[in-house]
Amino acid sequence: MTLVLASLVPISAEEPLLNVSFDPTRELYEDVNKQFIEGWKKKTGRSLQIQQSHGGSGKQARAVIDGLEADVVTLALAYDIDSIVDHGGLVSKDWEKAFPHHSVPYYSTVVFLVRKGNPKGIKDWNDVVKPGVGVITPNPKTSGGARWNYLAAWGFAKKKYGSEEKAKEFVKALYRNTSVLDTGARGSTTTFVQRGIGDVLLAWENEAELALSESKKANGGNSQFEVIYPTSSILAETPVAIVEKVARKKGTWEVAKAYLEFLYTKEGQQTIAKHFFRPIDEAVLKSNSSKFPKVKLFDVRELEGSWKTAHKKHFADGGIFDGIYSEAKK
Amino acid sequence: MKLNLRPYSKTTFGLSLGMTVFYLSFLVIVPLSALFLKSANLGWSGLLEVFSEDRIQKALWLSFSAGGAAAAINLVVGFLFAWVLVRYEFPGKKILDTLVDLPFTLPTAVAGIALTAIYSPNGWIGKYLDPLGIKVAYTPLGIVIALVFIGFPFVVRTVQPVLEELPKELEESAYCLGANRLQTFTRVLFPEIWPSLLAGTSMAFARGIGEYGSVVFISGNLPGKTEILPLLIVTKLEQYEYAKATGIALLMLVLSFSIMLAINFFQSRSSRRLG
Repeated sequence: MTLVLASLVPISAEEPLLNVSFDPTRELYEDVNKQFIEGWKKKTGRSLQIQQSHGGSGKQARAVIDGLEADVVTLALAYDIDSIVDHGGLVSKDWEKAFPHHSVPYYSTVVFLVRKGNPKGIKDWNDVVKPGVGVITPNPKTSGGARWNYLAAWGFAKKKYGSEEKAKEFVKALYRNTSVLDTGARGSTTTFVQRGIGDVLLAWENEAELALSESKKANGGNSQFEVIYPTSSILAETPVAIVEKVARKKGTWEVAKAYLEFLYTKEGQQTIAKHFFRPIDEAVLKSNSSKFPKVKLFDVRELEGSWKTAHKKHFADGGIFDGIYSEAKK
Repeated sequence: MKLNLRPYSKTTFGLSLGMTVFYLSFLVIVPLSALFLKSANLGWSGLLEVFSEDRIQKALWLSFSAGGAAAAINLVVGFLFAWVLVRYEFPGKKILDTLVDLPFTLPTAVAGIALTAIYSPNGWIGKYLDPLGIKVAYTPLGIVIALVFIGFPFVVRTVQPVLEELPKELEESAYCLGANRLQTFTRVLFPEIWPSLLAGTSMAFARGIGEYGSVVFISGNLPGKTEILPLLIVTKLEQYEYAKATGIALLMLVLSFSIMLAINFFQSRSSRRLG
C-alpha cells in the first residue's frame, strides 16, 4: 500500500531504494535506514530515500518474482532467495558469496515463550512434546518462521535420539499438541499473547523478546511471560541479496551494495543487536552477551545439506509435514 | 414532435451490448481464462492428482459445507431481518438498516480478527461458552459464524426491495378471502419472495466458499480439520506451486459456476411460472 502511494509521489531529487524484507524486521530497518541515509549523505553528498516493504517472507519473495522492483531483499530464509534465482533469475546464482558470512549479516534462533511462573515446567524441547502441553506455532506451509520452528525441533530430536525415525515421532508429537496453526509468526504471537491459548509459543528470539517487553510496558514493568532458552536450537539465518537485474536497470547497484555492507559495520551490528537479532560480529555479540544467552546452535546445512533439500524433504507436498497430518487422522 | 414509440432502438442496443461484452471480457473473462491457461501446465493427470489429494478433498468438503450451512442460516435470519425492516416502524430503524451493510464495508480480516477475539476461549462470548464445552474459535463452527457474518447483507439486500414492492393489500385480501396466517405466507407471500431469497442465498453461499480474510483467523488452519480451500491456494503459492494453486482455483471456479448456473436456472423457471 505504502508502495503504491510512494510511486505516485512525483520523483524528487532523492534516490529511492526499495528494501523488500519480512515481518519482524520492520523496527530494525527503520533504525538502520536512518543511520545509513545520514552516513550516505556525509560520504557522497547525495540524499537517499529508502522504502521498506514487509510481509511474510515467502509472500515477499513472490512479489519480487512477480515484478515488485526491489533493489535489495532481506528475507527470512535462503530458500526464498533461491526461489527468486530460480524464477526469473533476478538475483545472481552465487548471491551467497556476495557478502561476508555467506550473505547473512545477523541471525536468530528459536526459543520458548511461556506464561509467568512457567506452570507446565517447560525447560527444553522434551517438555514441549509432553501430552497435555498446548503448543502455538504457525503453519510451516505458509510461514517461514514456522519452518525454522519445525527444523529446530527436528534437529534437537535427531541429535538426541540419533535417528530420523525418532525425529519424525518427535515432531509428530509436537504437532499433536498444537490446536491452532496461524498463517504467520505474528499471528501466532497474537494467539498466544492476546487470546491466551496454549502453554508455550515457539518463536524467534527477537519476537519473544518483543512480546516480553510489550507485556512489561502494558503491565507496569511486570511481564506476564517468560522466555525460556532450550539447551539447543537452530541457527536461523536471515540472508540478504542485491536484486541484480533491478538494481542494474535502475542504476542503484552501487548504493544497494553499500546499504547491505553497512549491515556488517560496527554501527550496523550494534543496531542489529539492539533489536534482538544476533550480530555476526563476535565483539558486538560479546558486548551484548547479557541479551543473548548461550544456546548450542545447529544449522540447516549440517542437518539437511541445504534449504532446498530441507524444503523438499519436509515441507513440499507429500513431505514429512504432510505425512504427520495424514497419519494423525488414521 | 413525433413520439418515439420504440424506446430501445437497435443501434443503442448494439452499443450497449458492445460495452457490456467489452467490460465483461476485461474484468471477468480474460482473467479467468488466464486461470485456465495457467492450470493447463498441469495437464489432466496433474489436475487429477490435485483433486485426489486428501487434504484438498477435506478442505473442499469443509468450504462447501460451512458455506452451505452459513447460507442456510442467512436465508432464515436474513429473511426475518428484511421482513422486520420493511413491515415495522420503530425507533432506530434507519441505524439498523445501515448496520446491515457493515459486513460489506469492513475489511474481512478485521471482521475475522474481531470475531476471533470475541469467540476465543478467553473472549467476551467464548469465556461463557468454553465451560459448557462449546468451542467456537478454531473449529468449523467458528468458520460458519464468520461466513454468516460476511454473507448476511446479501440476503437482506436482495429480499428487501421485493418485500417493499409487495402491496399490503395482497395480504389483507388473502385474509378477507379466508386464508389464515400460514396459508397467506406459504401461498401468497412466499412464492413472490422465493426467487429473490434464492438469489440472495446463493450469493451468500458463493461468497462464503471463496472467503479468505475473515476465516483464516478464526479457523486455526489445522490440516484436514479446519483448513479451507482458499488457504490451500495460498499454501501452494507460498511453495511456488503456481500450477497446483491455479488447479485448486479452477476446481472452485467450475464448482461455483455450476452451482450458480443451476440456481439461476431454477430461479428463472420459478419466476417465469409466477409471471
